[in-house]
Amino acid sequence: MTGKNNRGGIADTRRLEIKARTLREHVVRMIGVGKAGHLGGSCSLAEIVAALYFHTMRYDPKNITDPDRDRLILSKGHSVLIQYAALMELGVIPLAEREKVKTLAGMLQGHPDMDRTPGLEAVTGSLGQGLSIGVGMALALRLDGRSSRVFVIMGDGELAEGQLWEAAMAAARFGLDRITGIVDRNRIQATGPTREVFDIPGIEKKWEAFGWNVLNVDGHHLAAVVEALDRAGGMKGAPTVIVADTVKGKGISFAENTAAFHNGIMSQEQFDTALAELGAARAARTQEKPG
Amino acid sequence: MTISKNPRMAYGEALVALGKRDPRVVALEADLGKSTQSVLFKAAFPDRHFEMGIAEQNMASTAAGLALAGKIPFIHSFAVFASGRVYDQLRNSVCIPNVNVRICGSSCGLSDFGDGKTHQAVEDVALMRALPNMSVLSPADSIELTAMMEQILDWKGPVYIRVNRNDLPFTFPGDPSYRIGNVVKIRDGADAAIFASGIMVSKALEAAQMLAEKGISTRILNVGTIKPLDRDAVMGFAEGARAIVTAEEHTVIGGLGSAVLEALRGVRHAPVEMIGIHDGFGLSAESYDALLEHFGLTGEAIASAVRKILEEKS
Repeated sequence: MTGKNNRGGIADTRRLEIKARTLREHVVRMIGVGKAGHLGGSCSLAEIVAALYFHTMRYDPKNITDPDRDRLILSKGHSVLIQYAALMELGVIPLAEREKVKTLAGMLQGHPDMDRTPGLEAVTGSLGQGLSIGVGMALALRLDGRSSRVFVIMGDGELAEGQLWEAAMAAARFGLDRITGIVDRNRIQATGPTREVFDIPGIEKKWEAFGWNVLNVDGHHLAAVVEALDRAGGMKGAPTVIVADTVKGKGISFAENTAAFHNGIMSQEQFDTALAELGAARAARTQEKPG
Repeated sequence: MTISKNPRMAYGEALVALGKRDPRVVALEADLGKSTQSVLFKAAFPDRHFEMGIAEQNMASTAAGLALAGKIPFIHSFAVFASGRVYDQLRNSVCIPNVNVRICGSSCGLSDFGDGKTHQAVEDVALMRALPNMSVLSPADSIELTAMMEQILDWKGPVYIRVNRNDLPFTFPGDPSYRIGNVVKIRDGADAAIFASGIMVSKALEAAQMLAEKGISTRILNVGTIKPLDRDAVMGFAEGARAIVTAEEHTVIGGLGSAVLEALRGVRHAPVEMIGIHDGFGLSAESYDALLEHFGLTGEAIASAVRKILEEKS
């Protein structure tokens, strides 16, 4: 069982950093060479997803339908590779599926499909719907007197979807403080920088105006992410959103800060570079390790 | 218990009965509770009723979340919004995971006669029928609606149910063996077969009466469950008829008539005529009857369609 029992300290942060690196490596291997995959928006989430599954969430990989589990809904469903990676690390999805993503022989679809894949909580991918689904789950959990939290990850480009703001109003209206929203603000959407494609200024003020608590965090600073997720859990009376500043494609030099790898194709050389850089990151972290 | 002739009243009462029977039942409303009669559930179970405001899309996906967490949510709006406005949410949040969301399409068809095109659902059956995993119900009257509601908790996957706004004559035989999915013969006859749903079942009965006076005997098949359609039953009931007519309060594109023709594919059958609205929107009218007549949704229109086929054949 992951969760509160293994929290805190520099050692925990190091452990999560290594997890995040491993998740990125899974993502790179899932996409492979010559095939399109959502590398950018998956890698911007590596630390956040590592913190959720390996620190914050009450989640037993041996009992994934436990009604008291915390739920993670990836409203930006196109980044599901990073969730697959975490579920592989937990043993929920077999590692053998890694090279079979988006094939008829595999269980891992291009977007989250509960039909085929264990561990997914909702069907998302048509953007803007995940927070509403989270509202429904939170209402049901409250009716049943359970303490489970509901985490919903949204993209910053996704904030243009109107339904999401309907859901934001509903979550506040019903006082669903068990919901923690996370905005993966990587500032790049499918066709270019968000500021150029469809600028949404004042994201924090918008959430505040909709009745939410707002926290800001560097989405790649694991200690800060962990702290923000814990803090959000303690904020009562209203839902909390964590606006996480991230780098699209983080950790892979050629994919960073570019729309080209929103859903890009890696050459063999790029694939090798990505793995080498992630391996180098692992080596560096190992050396830094104290004691 | 006496059942109201008004299907939305009967619906509201049936929903309360379900709420008493099963604590998993919850209701979501989008500010039309007085029309849909979900207000009855709200009064009985205030903790299990959620007023979602005028935000149907959020309501539909929220229902998916409730269902994924073990509830059986009923969502409510006018049929036109409960199908079209939330089509993508029903498709992705509800139908792909195949969760037990029930969608009450109230004021269906032309039954909101005064409000015109924007509020009259004439293509909802086509939309909902096209969605994989979605079942589509169109009860003929409050008796059939109540029977459907009594079984609806056990039905697997999402269900869309059309509910008429106005009093409808009782046409449905109270049969304890009735199950969702049945095509029910409510009148026997040798010459013609009329497949009808919703209010058009009562119009078909009027047509059969007119035809009987001309010596034509007609069987009437009530297709309350348009999807999944019992294909064997449709083929069986079509057999031997010299004329087949479908009758629906919907456009003739993608609704009951289309479903019956799909069921009859690959087998020899009599000529088919479809009674319905012809690729157009509704209209404001002074009364429901006037509007139905304007669009040719009458017993007379059904009877003349039968006669035309029989005359052309002879």
